[in-house]
Amino acid sequence: MNSQAPVMSEQDTPNVGQPYTINDQACHDLSIRVRDLNLWYGKNQALKNLNIDLFQKNVTALIGPSGCGKSTFLRCLNRMNDLIPTVHTEGLVEMDGHDVNAKKMDEVALRRRVGMVFQKPNPFPKSIYENVSYAPRMHDIVSRKADQDELVEQALRDAGLWNEVKDKLQEPGTSLSGGQQQRLCIARAIAVQPDVILMDEPTSALDPISTATIEDLMDRLKEKFTIVTVTHNMQQAARVADYTAFFHLGEIIEYNDTKVMFSTPAKKKTEDYISGRYG
Amino acid sequence: MSHTFDDISQQLKHRHRKSTRLKWITMGSLGLAGLFLVLFFADMLNKGLPAFQQAYIQVEINYNEEAETDGRQAFDEELIPIISRTMVRVIPMELRNNPDMIGTSTNEWVLATSEVDQYLKGHRSSLSPEERAAIDERVEAGQVDMRFNTTFFTNGDSKIAEYAGILSAVIGTVMTMIVTLAISFPIGVMTAVYLEEFAPDNRFTQAIEININNLAAIPSILFGLLGLAIFINFFGVPRSSPLAGGMTLALMTLPVIIISTRAALRSVPDSIRHAAFGVGCSRWQVVRDHVLPLAMPGIMTGSIIGLAQAMGETAPLIIVGMVAFIPDAGVSFTEAATVMPAQIFTWSGEPEQAFVEKTAGGILVLLTILISLNAFAVVLRKKFERRW
Repeated sequence: MNSQAPVMSEQDTPNVGQPYTINDQACHDLSIRVRDLNLWYGKNQALKNLNIDLFQKNVTALIGPSGCGKSTFLRCLNRMNDLIPTVHTEGLVEMDGHDVNAKKMDEVALRRRVGMVFQKPNPFPKSIYENVSYAPRMHDIVSRKADQDELVEQALRDAGLWNEVKDKLQEPGTSLSGGQQQRLCIARAIAVQPDVILMDEPTSALDPISTATIEDLMDRLKEKFTIVTVTHNMQQAARVADYTAFFHLGEIIEYNDTKVMFSTPAKKKTEDYISGRYG
Repeated sequence: MSHTFDDISQQLKHRHRKSTRLKWITMGSLGLAGLFLVLFFADMLNKGLPAFQQAYIQVEINYNEEAETDGRQAFDEELIPIISRTMVRVIPMELRNNPDMIGTSTNEWVLATSEVDQYLKGHRSSLSPEERAAIDERVEAGQVDMRFNTTFFTNGDSKIAEYAGILSAVIGTVMTMIVTLAISFPIGVMTAVYLEEFAPDNRFTQAIEININNLAAIPSILFGLLGLAIFINFFGVPRSSPLAGGMTLALMTLPVIIISTRAALRSVPDSIRHAAFGVGCSRWQVVRDHVLPLAMPGIMTGSIIGLAQAMGETAPLIIVGMVAFIPDAGVSFTEAATVMPAQIFTWSGEPEQAFVEKTAGGILVLLTILISLNAFAVVLRKKFERRW
């Protein structure tokens, strides 16, 4: 084990034997460290003692059957669960040396660094230009019109949408097709220059061609951003993810390099799920 | 055991008959409701439309010296009972302002009394048979004319029926509604935004919610008593003023605006809120930049309907004294004023036949405004209706 790597040794974790990090990928920088994360919806415990390290500039896929807590976990990373009054969270979600759940952590600041793309494309009912420029303007990233134009173009180019919309920036974002809308949402997320982009089943509402476009896009975006994506589609996880975590009943059963996990899963449950025996 | 089509049809016949019968019953009640509406409108139009016509008589006015003190001297004696007293009154003033006119005479169309007006419209009139004959003669000679009643729209209330108009009531209504809207719109919208977007869902907010819904069902006269006790007696707001009336009506409109605003806010899908939170909006930014603009058409619609309801409200305004006799409308929030429904109420108590017509005419004006407002609200809703 490389001592300089941000990988925790076995003694550091109270749940010895629970996989939460990947030893042979020590060369990657840590983005988000999760330790003993528990979450309750009222009295129902949805997440149980989660431990996981998420690495920078990689795509991590969260897979697992419906209701296993993967989306809930994703929303812990930018505190979107705060919006649900009955949710109660315990444990550490650490980013950049800061506890995300700490009282003094401003969720607005957190969400600026951890962007999100949702399951259903949800562009603001405003123009394409406004969709992208709204958040940077709100965060005072840009103020001059020229800078703003440049940033909008850059974000749309990064999202692979520029060529399709450059002549109709003032048209409503909702006039685009579903796949284009989703890329607009990605452009909106990257316009604030976050470190991490969370994607909650970003292609589940899209047709296969749009899905392929988004997958290509994720592949390119990981050069600049850390991407954590939830997916129901095992092939998608295999195609786009560097790492994959398998969730089951609120626990992480297995977390590993995607290739390793899909070829030689360590746990029986993982194997059953991947091979489609249940889920 | 299986059934043949014949068996099943036999059973179904009874069920079909039942549903046909029910259909006729429901259509019947709709027809009845429609019939009442038609009867109401027909009656109002029948009674009210003549109010927009007014009899004028062509007379000769002799501006002589006696007329400077007694206006009646300017007219032929037999004209005095049939021309409006207001005409007689203005003669001395006219002469004082233009003394050169003394010694001249003109032929002018002047307002006839309401009795002449009513007689010509075929209604009950207190004119004597001789006077009637004289009028008939003038009609033959083409000296009597029915014209559009501009006086009704350019004058305030008057004890002289032919001179009474609805203008001061319209102005009073506008002033009162300005106060109502200025108070209830911001407070109502902000309350709804708090309850819908900020407040935690606990027993306290649920209790508030129930009470707001109850408030909407409280008889309006109680709001009048509240306004009298608090605004007038405690805070010393001038009685009968648009300020007092507007504040009272604002209390009444508040629950309507709160309820419709909440419904409008709730109709904005959560995906928009999530998108906004996702890019790092604070709660207030989510509401201000995304939710409120999308909910605005619904809020406007609800507010207009609430306002229309307040506009037709009479009882609370009677309590705060807005049934005053206002001949000249002043544009002031603190002086005594009256509103349209109160004006209609006042006129309905007048004994003269002419005021029956005025009452119906006032109702027509009020109804026209209310229907226009509601139609505007519907248009607004249709225009901005959005599907997600």
